Amino acid sequence: MEFGLSSEQSLLQDSVTRYLSEQLPLDEVRKVASGDVNDAAVWQGLADLGIPGLLVSEANGGLGLGSLDAAVVSEALGYHVTPSPFLSSAVIAPVALQTAGRCEDLLGSVATGELRIGAALAEGIGARADAGLTANGNTLNGKSLFVLDVDADQYLVATSDRKLYLVAADAAGLSRSPLSTIEKTRSTCELNFSNVDATLVSEDPGVFDKTWDAALVAVAADTLGTAQSALDQAVVYAMQREQFNRVIASFQAVKHMCAEMAAELEPCRAMVWYAAHALDEIPEEATMMACHTKAHLSEVGQFVTRTSTEVHGGMGFTDLVGLHYWFKRAGFNRQILGSPELLRERALSVTTLAA
Amino acid sequence: MDLSFGPEYEEFRTEVQQFIAEHGSKSPRQGGARDKEAIAWQKVLIEHGYAARTIPKEYGGFGAEPDIIKSRIIAEEFSKNQINTGLGGQGISMLVPVLLEMGTEEQKQEFIRPTIHGEMIWCQGYSEPGAGSDLASLSTKAELDGDEWVVNGQKIWTSTAHLADWIFCLVRTEPEAPKHQGISFLLFRMDTPGIEVRPLVDMTGDANFNETFFTDVRVPKHQIVGQRGQGWQVANAILGHERGSLAPPDAAQTRLNGVRKLMETETVGGEKLIDNPVYRDRLMKLQGRVLAMKCNDIRLLSARINKTQDAKLAGMIVKLQGTELRHELEALAIDVMGEIGLAYGDNPYLRGNGSWQYQYMYYLGLIIGGGTSQIQKNIISERGLGMPKEPKIEKKA
Repeated sequence: MEFGLSSEQSLLQDSVTRYLSEQLPLDEVRKVASGDVNDAAVWQGLADLGIPGLLVSEANGGLGLGSLDAAVVSEALGYHVTPSPFLSSAVIAPVALQTAGRCEDLLGSVATGELRIGAALAEGIGARADAGLTANGNTLNGKSLFVLDVDADQYLVATSDRKLYLVAADAAGLSRSPLSTIEKTRSTCELNFSNVDATLVSEDPGVFDKTWDAALVAVAADTLGTAQSALDQAVVYAMQREQFNRVIASFQAVKHMCAEMAAELEPCRAMVWYAAHALDEIPEEATMMACHTKAHLSEVGQFVTRTSTEVHGGMGFTDLVGLHYWFKRAGFNRQILGSPELLRERALSVTTLAA
Repeated sequence: MDLSFGPEYEEFRTEVQQFIAEHGSKSPRQGGARDKEAIAWQKVLIEHGYAARTIPKEYGGFGAEPDIIKSRIIAEEFSKNQINTGLGGQGISMLVPVLLEMGTEEQKQEFIRPTIHGEMIWCQGYSEPGAGSDLASLSTKAELDGDEWVVNGQKIWTSTAHLADWIFCLVRTEPEAPKHQGISFLLFRMDTPGIEVRPLVDMTGDANFNETFFTDVRVPKHQIVGQRGQGWQVANAILGHERGSLAPPDAAQTRLNGVRKLMETETVGGEKLIDNPVYRDRLMKLQGRVLAMKCNDIRLLSARINKTQDAKLAGMIVKLQGTELRHELEALAIDVMGEIGLAYGDNPYLRGNGSWQYQYMYYLGLIIGGGTSQIQKNIISERGLGMPKEPKIEKKA
């Protein structure tokens, strides 16, 4: 019995962390956030480590690793508020295409990072009155909101009845416009479909659900890293900042805020591990765990990033320290792919009372 | 990642299941100190290695090598089949481990066998009215007079003092020494002249604890564990055993299932409580927290088996998170019941024997007892996150 990361998984996480610590200081994040550059260079750097092809099977040209591997990478990306299309192109698209067994020939270039597949799942999770997407045969009409990755070459899109299609970004009848959000490290856009020809990936809502579950765990892992960094930064800051001739880390009011963050966050690590493991190995618990984990991490991520901001005092509120990138990253992760309330409802619907 | 225990352990699980099939009907539903059925059951458990499992045979135990996975399998199977896991109490859970580590051979021979068999009941004399979170400032004193210690002072929170045969007690023997180095760990009989036990009624309406007073209580000199002045180290060795066990996540899951069942069966105005989205979300929010603690628990188990895994912080947070979570779970049950949540005592509308109301209050006690939540936060921030201690304030002369 061994519940934890294997040495290979720790090495994988270390290599991503080392790359990001060296190549992605906060100044580089700021450049992407301000729109001076896009995330292509970071994605290329991650591609050199094989990250886009993590979940792509070896037969399809990837590394053929599992959900826990994806989770530890996602955690490292969150820790460094990394601008990248990891969630859509390296998790959502490969899981959908491989589960459906369709269009897998694309995955070789996804694995090298050359092809970016964005993800438009929001309409399958809950369409707004002013959006929603319908398919008539393979022709799509409607609108999809908060689509992940404004720079993608293709999009995996969900209709309101949870069918999945693949569509090229430059397809006739498709228009794309960026949507500004609080979170500048990852981009979203809106897609408008007017009689767009698309390739069917799957009509089976089970494929949508499996893809959604994998995405939820990856987002939860990102929040784990985001919140861990926020806590670490709070402790470092409190140990340096002096007031009343003492480091503020010696005040119980400050210590207790840090202890509360650690107490909420530490169990989340095991929860993310278990949820990721369940995706691959315990199918009967996978959806329930994915929903609870993303919902719970959303609550903890919100608590930790706001508390860390408070520990930083006035500086936490400024752009100088840049802690707001972590605050907003956790906020973005909370809202996308299902709010905590929506996910808890889904978790309840898939569980019956244990004996 | 490997959550299975492996074939040899599954064989052991079958053994446990066979034991339960054969003997389970004799398992008493309850049974505290002095209960004949519970004592008889304890004997059966020890003989088969399901209680006092790792305590050496020479002291009355089963004498098995420590095996974390086997202990876990026993706990799982007993819990699944609702089988009584045997006697508890502070003698078995706290004193016996310390005697094994720090007691003399005579003390081990004299005390362990009757204690684990439920024939010798103990209470713990640590806290005092003036020494709570700052336990090391305790002032109950023991002075040597010939071959006897003479104990004077007062203890509080001495659960089972009214039933106990013996007490293990922290006393100040070296008043001139620094506070942590002036304490000794004494053992003495509760029928010694000069001891008075007064029940301490708490908010539940029960007297779960006592106040215990000592007036010139004479204790034979050799009834000390460790050396004079070493009592603090002895006590700390045991406190570590206590903390994590106050709020096991599996028990929280059982209680949560109970709230869910209540919500699925109770109706108000014709509507099932589970159909109320506000209550439902509160339930599922708590379910998420329980799951996080269950996963944390698996990690802790794994770290005990695989010594290279670091789970120090994961262990430190269990008491703080677990007790708070239980309190909130019980509170939800009360809230969903509306006015019936107020029912108590002999109220005919009581649900679940009033256990929700009782546990709601009892867990508030556990948030405070065994190291308050605030003390836990000090420990997490100082030992877990490396933050400095609060500077000491000089006492005014």
